[in-house]
Amino acid sequence: MQQHRELSEQQINVQLLNGTLATPRWWKWAVLGLLIIVLAGFSTFGFMINKGLGVTGLNRPVFWGTLITTFVFWVGISHAGIMISAILRLTQAEWRRPVTRAAELLTVFSLITALSFPVIHAGRPWRIIYWILPYDFSRGIWPNVRSPLVWDPAAIGTYLTGSILFLYVALLPDLGNLRDRTVGWRNRLYSLLSLGWRGNSRQWRMQTTAGILLSALMLPIFVSVHSIVSWDFAVTPSVEGWHSTIFAPYFVIGAVHSGVSAVVTMMALMRWLWKWDNFIRPEHFDALARLLIVVGTAWFAFTLIELLYSFYTLEAQELAFRDMQIFQWPWAFLFIVFLITGFFIPVPAWLFKRVRNSIPWMFWTSISVNIGMWLERFLIIVPALSRKQPFVYTWGSYHPSLTEMMMIVWSLAFVGMNMLLFARFFPLIPLFEQKEAQAFSSRIQIGRASVPAVLREQEQE
Amino acid sequence: MAIKSILGLYESPDAGANALDGLHAAGIEPHQTEVLTGTPYPEGAFGEHVPQHRLFRFPAFGAMFGFTLALLYTAGTQLAWPLVTGGKPILAVPAMLIILYEFTMLNAVIFTVVGIIFESRLPDFFSKKAYDRRISEGLIGIAVACDEQKVSEVEAVLKRAGALEIKTA
Repeated sequence: MQQHRELSEQQINVQLLNGTLATPRWWKWAVLGLLIIVLAGFSTFGFMINKGLGVTGLNRPVFWGTLITTFVFWVGISHAGIMISAILRLTQAEWRRPVTRAAELLTVFSLITALSFPVIHAGRPWRIIYWILPYDFSRGIWPNVRSPLVWDPAAIGTYLTGSILFLYVALLPDLGNLRDRTVGWRNRLYSLLSLGWRGNSRQWRMQTTAGILLSALMLPIFVSVHSIVSWDFAVTPSVEGWHSTIFAPYFVIGAVHSGVSAVVTMMALMRWLWKWDNFIRPEHFDALARLLIVVGTAWFAFTLIELLYSFYTLEAQELAFRDMQIFQWPWAFLFIVFLITGFFIPVPAWLFKRVRNSIPWMFWTSISVNIGMWLERFLIIVPALSRKQPFVYTWGSYHPSLTEMMMIVWSLAFVGMNMLLFARFFPLIPLFEQKEAQAFSSRIQIGRASVPAVLREQEQE
Repeated sequence: MAIKSILGLYESPDAGANALDGLHAAGIEPHQTEVLTGTPYPEGAFGEHVPQHRLFRFPAFGAMFGFTLALLYTAGTQLAWPLVTGGKPILAVPAMLIILYEFTMLNAVIFTVVGIIFESRLPDFFSKKAYDRRISEGLIGIAVACDEQKVSEVEAVLKRAGALEIKTA
């Protein structure tokens, strides 16, 4: 609150709707550039369907490669939204206000992108419907609920639906605001979406209660999603390095590490692109960096514990696998890059206040984390599958093909383009949250010092 | 007798609160008045009637509905075609728990959102209540629903409290 600036409600409307009521000059070019990549990605997907998965680098025994790595990566990024939005809402952290919607939005688009990867990876995507939906087709066989093939869509589908609804409910007051500021078809669109919002006491009370109630409901879902994704691996006893009891919390904390870092990246971009210096301030980056120090260190501890358990058993197969993963080319190189980018560069850097308050520093260190976190998932999946297992009869190696590389680039462009499209029609920072922050804040005099203070509403019975 | 919606616009929360006091003193019932703001002010900031709600029942019903649905999906389908896979029992409870949990939570969330919309008395597309777009720019709106014959009296009270403008719908 130290850097808090007083703005009228009118000024907040004007500044935060600058990219929604008008089109920034850079916006069209950015969307066009991303659209070209997205279309190239869809073409590549079409090529993969037409030619089959032979155009990827997947071959026995490595049947999970960068497509599944990228799926896990985006599920991880999606944990940003609820971590930031729900936990900070429940704890009434003031600095959450400019961050919540961007984080929730990142969750939604990351999950949509994540869900598309198993579909792409299936090779014949239309067949997925028989694995998931209880559609009693001609053979009379129902979905096998004992398989992670059903667990994943159930968990991610729940998280995605919940996140979209969470985002929409919190958007209602701002949709009402946009209805008041627009004419023509946009006015009709916002009138419809805002459901006739007027901002009476009953509606505001429901908003406040909804934020807390939905946060409390979304948090257990948030924990379950990456736990279930981790069980895709952990319930496979035959693959060394996967059959681990700590995979669920390890994946969840890793997801929070990468997700919160992605929020930092996004906030820096929002500040630069829409010039929201009054709303996204160094104090917000400072708070996120402090959170990331704790999360990053906890995640690193899990990484070490995971390795410790492997070595402690002294099982020959497990030791041979770890030897390959950590000391043999090319995995050794990737392992070092993963540790340096995921932990040793960003976390020690965040210990310095100057770094935490520097937006370019925070931007680059947050990107560094996500390079490391993508490599972490790659190093969990691919080396373990490359070795001969009890149920496979061969060794093998894996080189991602150009088509797979294209799909990684597509996923980044797809999320970026959707965020920009959303920002053109809806505010990325909740206007009513900013106004509430001003209504609930004041300066108080303590001795000779005038300090900012935040009032907290008493809980109603 | 037709019900009219009258809206007084005020610059400050204090003026809005005074208008509401004046209306109550003039015999207007609390449920006939509404405070419209672009900011979520603390409850009771205007001395307004704080509405009760039953939102907390919605997630409970949703959770029960979701659990039942999940039970049909997991147990019902497997019992309908008992095919042994991987040597596991037909009703593999640990695996079923995952689906049961997710469906229960999913429906709890969906019902909560339905509850939020219902308890907010939305959607409200067709009611002809007075509104002004300047409310979302910071003005405070005090809306009154009253009989046609009371309109002039209500307008006088709103004006006395310093209304910038009075609208009727």
